[in-house]
Amino acid sequence: MRAAAAIVGASESERIGVVPDESALQLACESALAALRDAGIDRAEVDGIASLGEPPITVAHALGITPSYIDSTTVGGCSPLLHVRHAAAAIAAGLCEVVLITHGQSGRSRLGGEWPMRGPASPEGQFELPYGTGPAVTKFPIGVLRFLHETGTTREQLAMVPVQQRVWASRNPRAMMRDPITVEDVFASPLVAYPLHRLECCLTTDGGGALVMVSAERAAALDRPKPPVYLLGAGEASEGPMVSMMEDFTSSKAFRVSGRRAFQEAGLTPADVDHLMIYDAFAHLPLFGLEDLGFVGRGEAGAFIAEGHTLPGGRLPLNTNGGGLSYTHTGMYGMFAIQESVRQLRGEAAAQVPGVEVSMCHGVGGMFTAAATLVLGTQATLSR
Amino acid sequence: MTPAKAVPQPTPETLPYWEAARRGELCLPRCTACDAFFFYPRPFCPTCHGTDIEWRQVSGRGRLHTYLINHRPAPGFQQEAPYVIAIVELEEGPRMMSNLVGVEPTPEALPLDLPLTVEFAERGEWKVPVFRPVAP
Repeated sequence: MRAAAAIVGASESERIGVVPDESALQLACESALAALRDAGIDRAEVDGIASLGEPPITVAHALGITPSYIDSTTVGGCSPLLHVRHAAAAIAAGLCEVVLITHGQSGRSRLGGEWPMRGPASPEGQFELPYGTGPAVTKFPIGVLRFLHETGTTREQLAMVPVQQRVWASRNPRAMMRDPITVEDVFASPLVAYPLHRLECCLTTDGGGALVMVSAERAAALDRPKPPVYLLGAGEASEGPMVSMMEDFTSSKAFRVSGRRAFQEAGLTPADVDHLMIYDAFAHLPLFGLEDLGFVGRGEAGAFIAEGHTLPGGRLPLNTNGGGLSYTHTGMYGMFAIQESVRQLRGEAAAQVPGVEVSMCHGVGGMFTAAATLVLGTQATLSR
Repeated sequence: MTPAKAVPQPTPETLPYWEAARRGELCLPRCTACDAFFFYPRPFCPTCHGTDIEWRQVSGRGRLHTYLINHRPAPGFQQEAPYVIAIVELEEGPRMMSNLVGVEPTPEALPLDLPLTVEFAERGEWKVPVFRPVAP
């Protein structure tokens, strides 16, 4: 599977953030058309479709595509990462040749593409919803106090996550929030779900994105102005349907399993990673990610971020678009994390890190329900 | 009319749990082969897949494992916001989500591992276990 397939087209919707004049479906379709133009591939050649938001059949029909490979995997915001992994496997197995992966969500303007709520007879309906849970913020941060308690991480270090990411966002004209902030600003913002303040929670936005994937052979023969981005390794995993059933509230089993598998397949270690994206719906996720993926030891992530190692010029640039906390978060953010990995590997990011050859993109789905990890690399990494 | 709190809909597999709760008893399934309680209820053991499962009333004692204080109330919770959404670790082992009652929803009043005891709160025609701090 290593480097069997490559991303040869990538685009976000022209506008992200507040887009009240486009539906979720249109955001997906607009992105898809742009990604196909980017790849120089005609829609008649697309024989595989994946989508998060509006279902793949809806998107395929809207675009006039008749797919013979369909992936509707919907396990939360990391789903596009799973779509990439599945597409690579499908291409390698000969199920299809050109896969279009789309996402469109109108999280802010609410024009279609809604996330289905679990019914009252589901495990969540019986054992969580009666306790007044609702949106992600009422569930996702429930382990934070235990994490701080057991690892010795401080609330100041937690607050440094949005502070440091805002530094990246300030260099990105497309980021929704670009003004620098301090720990004091974080603490002064309203409590949403103690211990998290508003500035430790992601944005709610509209936006879309799409990717085009083909075999590595075909990618090499395409001769496009932008270089292919190869999938060197990938992993996926799930833990459970409810955050309350996590085995350990201070570490994600799905993160550990998915990350290990991705590194294994790529034949790489954390030391080989030049650039990192960790899905940041809330401030604690990059801390869990850094520790569970093996970039730092247990309890070291807070200090690692506070000391500036993930900033511009630092040894592990992290969430360089500004992340879900400052760039954009449509409700299911994974596509935007992949897009930033692709831009960094192509050398076209707004806040470009010099010399990125290996980028890791790690996503979460649901409330630690699922995870997926991609190790993406340039042509130069194929011989590593 | 103000919206009501979410009401659980028992399934055939979870009905003994909900019927016990309605009587004011916290009953959990226990695998006789593993000699261990588990949660949420299933008619088989999640560890060994054995089907020799018995329902037993547990002590109702537990500890506050972790929590958040929610300032974005769900339907039916507007009057009591902010309120605590907690993970309770029962003396018998399993952990479950719950709400806390009889305590201020402030960090000062809620140290981790605070001892708790169960009581029950109405949700439609059913009752759900909630927890109240007890003197250590």
